[in-house]
Amino acid sequence: MKKYIVETSLSYPKKGAMGKTGSWRVFKPVLDTKKCVKCLRCWISCPEASIHREKDNSVSIDYDFCKGCGICANECNVKAIVMEREKTKGK
Amino acid sequence: MALKDLPVDECLLQGNASCPGCPATIGLRLVLKALGKKTIMVVPACCTAVIESLYPYTSFDVPVMNIAFEAAAAGASGVEAALRQQGRTDITVVAWAGDGGTYDIGLQALSGALERGTNFIYICYNNQIYSNTGIQRSGATPFAAWTTTTVGGKTEFRKELGEIILAHHIPYAAQTCISYPEDLYNKIKKAMSIKGSKYVEILAPCPPGWRFSMDKTLEMGRLAVDTGAWSLWECENDVMTFNGKSKLLLEKKIERKPIEEWIKYQGRFSHLFKPELDEKRLQAIQEHIDHLWERYRKCYVKI
Ligand SMILES: Cc1ncc(C[n+]2csc(CCOP(=O)(O)OP(=O)(O)O)c2C)c(N)n1
Ligand code: SF4
Ligand code: SF4
Ligand code: SF4
Ligand SMILES: [Mg+2]
Repeated sequence: MKKYIVETSLSYPKKGAMGKTGSWRVFKPVLDTKKCVKCLRCWISCPEASIHREKDNSVSIDYDFCKGCGICANECNVKAIVMEREKTKGK
Repeated sequence: MALKDLPVDECLLQGNASCPGCPATIGLRLVLKALGKKTIMVVPACCTAVIESLYPYTSFDVPVMNIAFEAAAAGASGVEAALRQQGRTDITVVAWAGDGGTYDIGLQALSGALERGTNFIYICYNNQIYSNTGIQRSGATPFAAWTTTTVGGKTEFRKELGEIILAHHIPYAAQTCISYPEDLYNKIKKAMSIKGSKYVEILAPCPPGWRFSMDKTLEMGRLAVDTGAWSLWECENDVMTFNGKSKLLLEKKIERKPIEEWIKYQGRFSHLFKPELDEKRLQAIQEHIDHLWERYRKCYVKI
């Protein structure tokens, strides 16, 4: 990445700038791909961009950064995502 | 525009400092999908300055200039002037500020930029409070809502900033909400296609600030529209159009839900329901919204 010399503080882009925020989770979204109709509502709704979208519009959850808000489960019209309590706290 | 047509690329990186269920990050993802990489953002003090995360890193994959709370529109005007001097016409300059930074302390700078016709997009994400500093009232906080500075509920009604913006007669102004991704995306795209000053305001229901469960962020936005507490519209060259459900409400093609359907899920209004029902204030809120929509109808329904 190109670095710049400037007379002010300058931050550079980094995925996980606050670490692996998946450790914040208390509840975890679990996806049942058999129920999923690939509508992409969960993908566009996730505040963390932690639902990945594939070329065929299938989706998967990135547990490294998912904060466990439950929006995806709430938005899924066919209940393909359910929230389950994390067994051990964090990842 | 269907969801599948929205770009896959993300300019807001994972692992940032937002609260779980944050409306600002939902909005930022959509806005940045529309804007793409050829964008410079100007962000004043607000939650988003925190969401950028800690030095020496940032969770934004586009250039961002942070600036004082009151100065988003002034800073963006400077960036736009500098790019113009360099002959760079391919970069979109965007100010992104909260409701505190827009309705209150940043209003003078914003009005100035709109009056000068600065070629930029000003986006206000409106969570109806100063959330970054721990939930204080703003000019956008609705009547009767609890905040840490309105403990028994706010005693004033919120400001109609949209109408103040319209008085500047800029080429494009719009209201949208994070719960309507296609509407939001299309409005940013339209704003990008127009030269001059553009204003887009995004309703952003905030779980810790409004005191609702963090999985209900988008539901709170939809209910705000269904009850008429918020509306989706755009005004292009002084031609006003209501959009989606708000259009159906304006034309009375669907019934407006009672305001209780929105506020009963929010802890910031819980004092209106217990220990006993505060019928007087509930009625005052409903009457205020009824009056607002009557005015909308008088102004914007073509007979
Ligand atoms: C001149 C000045 N006054 C007060 C503050 C403290 N401050 C920082 S952010 C903020 C509230 C921001 O509210 P809003 O613009 O609605 O954004 P939000 O935090 O809700 O995202 C305040 C009061 C400041 N940074 N500068
Ligand atoms: S919202 Fe549900 S059905 Fe739609 S893509 Fe996500 S998991 Fe699949
Ligand atoms: S629980 Fe929240 S953060 Fe996790 S994938 Fe679902 S919407 Fe995204
Ligand atoms: S307080 Fe609200 S707007 Fe601010 S980061 Fe948290 S959820 Fe987002
Ligand atoms: Mg705010």
